[in-house]
Amino acid sequence: MDTLEKIQEIVVTELGVDADEVTPEASFIDDLGADSLDIVEVVMAFEEEFDIEIPDEDAEDIGTVQDAVDYIENAL
Amino acid sequence: MSLKGKVALVTGSSRGIGKVIALKLAEEGAKLVINYPVADEAESAQQVVEEIEDLGAEAIALQADVTAMEEVKGMVKEVKQEFDTIDILVNNAGITRDTLLLRMKEEDWDAVLDVNLKGAFNVTKAISRIMMKQRSGRIINISSVVGLMGNAGQSNYAASKAGLIGFTKSVAKELAPRGVTANAIAPGFIETAMTDQLSDKVVEQMLSVIPANSFGQPEDVADTALFLASEGAKYITGEVIRVDGGMTM
Ligand SMILES: NC(=O)c1ccc[n+]([C@@H]2O[C@H](COP(=O)([O-])OP(=O)(O)OC[C@H]3O[C@@H](n4cnc5c(N)ncnc54)[C@H](O)[C@@H]3O)[C@@H](O)[C@H]2O)c1
Repeated sequence: MDTLEKIQEIVVTELGVDADEVTPEASFIDDLGADSLDIVEVVMAFEEEFDIEIPDEDAEDIGTVQDAVDYIENAL
Repeated sequence: MSLKGKVALVTGSSRGIGKVIALKLAEEGAKLVINYPVADEAESAQQVVEEIEDLGAEAIALQADVTAMEEVKGMVKEVKQEFDTIDILVNNAGITRDTLLLRMKEEDWDAVLDVNLKGAFNVTKAISRIMMKQRSGRIINISSVVGLMGNAGQSNYAASKAGLIGFTKSVAKELAPRGVTANAIAPGFIETAMTDQLSDKVVEQMLSVIPANSFGQPEDVADTALFLASEGAKYITGEVIRVDGGMTM
């Protein structure tokens, strides 16, 4: 599984959205209906899955699914 | 059996108020985790487990010093293995190191803040994710009327218990959207080992300011905790309930 697929899987479980909604362009807040607590949960799930640390300042900049892919691939 | 199937963790529950809260929750069908800080208390914790088993409920005893995040994490992991989840957390562990400010050592301050306030932070943080994920949970923090009123000779304790109230309200705001409530109980003078140490003179003085004209029992606090843990309290969060016989109206 590549990074995007892993991220899509996490987002589907954490946010309870349909897989086809989790496109690279999808915004967590505007398109996927996440609130601030959801974002924290998603970010913590990323940290666990990829064994990385995402500081709050960086997490704030992750707006879309593609942002998450870029950030994580960069951190790995 | 209003709490049938629920899992409850009560910190510092090998004796005193924590023990009575644990027994009360178990009577209502909850599975209990009895937490104690040091090996010395393993035996009394095990006794509480047996008392709970006699009630026909399940319980395990786990050692963890609430001031040590790693120990707390280890405990929460074991609870998940044993009981899958945690539905009710009672932050009850607490200590006093009373003395006037002028004589208070830095260690006295740190020790009390560490157990009473940071301890609650550690355990709440470790279980909050579980509760958020399951979209339900009850956090009950045992504060004190001293946290509301202050008390000469207890500046460290009062600060920790007032801090716990601010913590409770913030957690309540953060977790309310996830169906998790957080409330505090502020007991007045409750007859336990903690208050046994007081001199007769102090005891007499205290009685004179309690309209109920008697001291509280651990059961009074436990009944309030049971209510806050129950289905009926689901819309109550960020609240501080005094159990003090009218001492601090
Ligand atoms: N007794 C009262 O009048 C009264 C009044 C108001 C509030 N309270 C609060 O009620 C709570 C229970 O007090 P109590 O009267 O039963 O006293 P207690 O001393 O009998 O019980 C305190 C419990 O906390 C445990 N503990 C201490 N340090 C710990 C640590 N680092 N990690 C885990 N557990 C630890 C102890 O082992 C003990 O079981 C405390 O938070 C206390 O401040 C008591």
